[in-house]
Amino acid sequence: MKLELLHAMNVERGARRAAVLVTDLASGAQRLVKADQIANDDLGEDLEKALQSGKSGMIERRGTSVFVQVQVPPVRLVVLGAVHISQALAPLAWLTGFDMMVIDPRTAFATPERFPDIKIVAQWPDVALPEIGGLDRYTAMIAVTHDPKIDDPGLIAALKADCFYIGALGSRKTHAKRLERLQAAGFGEADAARIHAPIGLDIGAVSPEEIAVSILGEMILALRKKPLRQPSVSA
Amino acid sequence: MDDDLLQQAENWSRAGRAVAIATVVETWGSAPRPVGSHLVIDENGHFLGSVSGGCVEGEVVSEALDVISSATPKMLEFGVADETAWRVGLSCGGRIKVYVEKLIS
Repeated sequence: MKLELLHAMNVERGARRAAVLVTDLASGAQRLVKADQIANDDLGEDLEKALQSGKSGMIERRGTSVFVQVQVPPVRLVVLGAVHISQALAPLAWLTGFDMMVIDPRTAFATPERFPDIKIVAQWPDVALPEIGGLDRYTAMIAVTHDPKIDDPGLIAALKADCFYIGALGSRKTHAKRLERLQAAGFGEADAARIHAPIGLDIGAVSPEEIAVSILGEMILALRKKPLRQPSVSA
Repeated sequence: MDDDLLQQAENWSRAGRAVAIATVVETWGSAPRPVGSHLVIDENGHFLGSVSGGCVEGEVVSEALDVISSATPKMLEFGVADETAWRVGLSCGGRIKVYVEKLIS
């Protein structure tokens, strides 16, 4: 592999853009196809499929074997709410490879003492989200503040950005009220259905740590069991 | 984790080290690391990452040293049916194909 090619791959990853590296295994010839070039590529359909599944693999075309290395951005976890559950999530997210950051405008909650080694932004979501580089479909967003003033703008941003996992803490009753507010903001039922609430897999979790495990399990399920969504337009 | 590896490969190369990248390109059965996993190797045999659960890395590293000196890519295959693989111990019972290439600066 040429160093320039590797550099180009690293640049795409650093900018959180997907790309595929195509290697002709017989000749060793390689090229990098960036996400926005896939549609016009000879192998466009195959590459699109690979990108959707996020899985690298061999494909046979015109009698030759090519290896398609899929590179999707590192998966991020944006947590709205610097609460006890978020503290429990931090080491679990690190362990499982999610790049976690915490947003909470309440400065008493969002402190480095409570979240060592985690990026914390003590701002309202409308200020904090641009600061962390925005949301995308390789980002999970969970809202755990219980305060609609903080949670709602984050959830709306996550729906618009097509985050692969969106979760919100709260009882069914709380969630019903939340859905009413989202409908008033112009979101339909299909959008609302994309919010996991009550949040987390039903493993009977009680403590903040157990709830963190149930949330993480549900996130991994969303990430691995189905392809990441194509960007789509919502309200 | 694998993402950092490719950045590390670039850093090593820019620091003047000769580097090879090994990539799992095909797996059969219960392979421990998925297709697309990398092992990054330098000319002194330092390595980062993994292409198996630690079973065949030693063999991949020594093949990578050949690839670094010849600059010719190599396809390696490991599996239970393979004498070498048994020796280096892909004990999980799977089979893997690993493509090893030199990083040309």
